[in-house]
Amino acid sequence: MVYLTRKAEFSASHFYHNPDFTPEENRRIFGKCNNPNGHGHNYTLEVTVKGEIDPRSGFVVDLKQLKEVMTREVLDAMDHRFLNKEVPEFARKIPTTENIAIAIWQRLASKLERAQLHRVRVYETPDLFVDFYGET
Amino acid sequence: MKAHLTRRYMFSASHRLHSEAMSSAENRDIYGKCNNPYGHGHNYVLEVTVSGSVDEHTGMVCDLMDLDGFVEREVLSRYDRENLNMLPEFASHVPTTENLCVEIFQILQQGFHFAHLERVRIGETMMNSFEYSGGAEIRK
Repeated sequence: MVYLTRKAEFSASHFYHNPDFTPEENRRIFGKCNNPNGHGHNYTLEVTVKGEIDPRSGFVVDLKQLKEVMTREVLDAMDHRFLNKEVPEFARKIPTTENIAIAIWQRLASKLERAQLHRVRVYETPDLFVDFYGET
Repeated sequence: MKAHLTRRYMFSASHRLHSEAMSSAENRDIYGKCNNPYGHGHNYVLEVTVSGSVDEHTGMVCDLMDLDGFVEREVLSRYDRENLNMLPEFASHVPTTENLCVEIFQILQQGFHFAHLERVRIGETMMNSFEYSGGAEIRK
């Protein structure tokens, strides 16, 4: 089994707000992130796939296909977007880094052809990242 | 849905690697430059990884303010701008970054209960880092 990681970057804005919480609770729990006008990050995405090496190509995965899927499913949808307003998953779910990692996993998992998705890592800043392994 | 969250912190400290159980020559041989009696310092990069279910209401594994507050209070304020050899936990243990990982892991495991502690990783320089995930794999 060999693991391969491909990196991509996207920039997006978001804010944290739960309509079930009172305004006071939202401010207390989410702090500055509750500003309804949103704020932005340069996100770094690392997608790790695993598989056996194809004896003919020497590849675990067709990198071109992986790049195309990441571009189509993630970057086209999230890059330079307001996540709360423009990405359907976040109409109801708060676009925390945790939920972004889960949404990206769900967008990619069924679209990969040969390799199996192993991990989605999303950096919100260089000092904070979330890993999702598809665990329930 | 279970996710892993990693937060990075920085602190600066000095240490000297020297074991009382070994002769001066052995210490110099094993620890090399790190055995310099005056000590030396590093900018340590600490990564704390916790895991848990993503809370349905907040979208979070744990509140970062809780994690930051705990690490600031219990770890950074203890080690930042200190000489590690002077601290009680290193009175009888050499303050290698391996041992520092174990100490910080234990501080978090005993006191931080907002998420499950997975791993502590410390970068000592750009070229080396150490990880500890619990367990009893310490050689006597």
